[in-house]
Amino acid sequence: MAAAHGIAAGIGGIRAAGDLVARMQVSRGMRLKEAKQYVAGKLGISVLDITDPVVMAEVREDLGLGTVNAIPWAAKGIDAKFRIASVLGIKINCVNLFKKRVGWKA
Amino acid sequence: MAKISTRMGDGFRVELSEEEIRKDLEEGSQDAAKKGKIPPLAEEDLRRLLEIFKCPDRSVGVERGKEVILTYDSATTKFKRGNVSVSKIQSLQIYERLLGSDTLELAHIDYSYKPVKPIVVFEQPILEQALLITIAPLFYGAMPNLGLYSQPDGPCPNPGDLLPKGKIAEARASYEEQIEHSVKDMVYVASQMYEAGADGINFDTTAAAGDAEFMATLKAISILKQKHPQMCVQMGMAAEFVLGMHGELKWEGVRLAGLYPHKQLELAQKVGVTIFGPAINIVNSRSLPWNISRAVTFVKACTEMARIPIHACMGMGVCGVPLTPSVPVDALTRATKAMVDITNLDGL
Repeated sequence: MAAAHGIAAGIGGIRAAGDLVARMQVSRGMRLKEAKQYVAGKLGISVLDITDPVVMAEVREDLGLGTVNAIPWAAKGIDAKFRIASVLGIKINCVNLFKKRVGWKA
Repeated sequence: MAKISTRMGDGFRVELSEEEIRKDLEEGSQDAAKKGKIPPLAEEDLRRLLEIFKCPDRSVGVERGKEVILTYDSATTKFKRGNVSVSKIQSLQIYERLLGSDTLELAHIDYSYKPVKPIVVFEQPILEQALLITIAPLFYGAMPNLGLYSQPDGPCPNPGDLLPKGKIAEARASYEEQIEHSVKDMVYVASQMYEAGADGINFDTTAAAGDAEFMATLKAISILKQKHPQMCVQMGMAAEFVLGMHGELKWEGVRLAGLYPHKQLELAQKVGVTIFGPAINIVNSRSLPWNISRAVTFVKACTEMARIPIHACMGMGVCGVPLTPSVPVDALTRATKAMVDITNLDGL
């Protein structure tokens, strides 16, 4: 069912910018239209580009937001989330906990 | 006239004429409007629904630019149910990296807050490791499941035994005691998982045991939002209608028994829920056009008044998805497209 829902109506997660739009719903409770516009604005792309895996693969690699393919040196996991928090201007719970654990000084 | 192939609520194929589909669409919407005291679908919406069912293609999809966010209840347990031998962290990686999921959810195989409580210290390190290697927002989810608090599974007298004996006051007292036990468990587990780094907490199939369970979940969320104001809380409902198992419970003056989705949403917003998931029951003996039109009418009443994102619960047996373990792609994608196109949904 996950695959069929994704093909019929999904943004595409980290293949595109689905996780980033979801971040705005999770962290600010934004409705979908507002969340898409916010993310597009922060990434400097159009709202239609948000679901385009070709455009987003380059944007994600350039900004270090994590990519779906395994690229050497590209951001992965928690380091991608550090960048996402910075680019979107939001707080991410696990990023803040990670900073606390390693004694991160801003 | 050529017949159109569609399905019944239980998933079995049926062939209907265009007039029959049109009639079912109208009746389904009218049924929701009458029960929920909400507006029925407009003529334009019914026409769009008819076009979706007339399309001969096996699968359909939303227009480009109309894509929505996908959340997944009990995500990691789906792999176990499918007899796929992967760990929970591997399941999350498959969701994120192979299925293109926008969000992830970690869950215990016994998907209720009560059984998670004694093993929460084992769930936290799994969550912490998963958070290091995944990118998408990661929820921790479970069900309030008030049924686990009555005998023989729990400490309170079973209302199911008391009610047939006419012991209504005792049954109500039992529900009230169950609320207190379950609130403690939900607050404890949700706090532990949020403090371990979860992006959000999911309360899945809320109010499955009726108004007392809805009360318990509202109470738990209210406490959690005071404790952690930034916590993202997702509340997915169990059904379109809150059963009055207690019958007299009220939240800020609003009687919980009998609330339909748009009224459930009002209370969810009041206590600080971040994402709300209405669930509309499927009726097996009616056609998919009837069921989808009915579900869309209920959900549209939510999206039109919502201040928070609405993620319709579109798993098996709810919101126009047939009640069958292997849901046909033609049925699922039609339910998805109808819901997204007509209700301006935020996610599913």
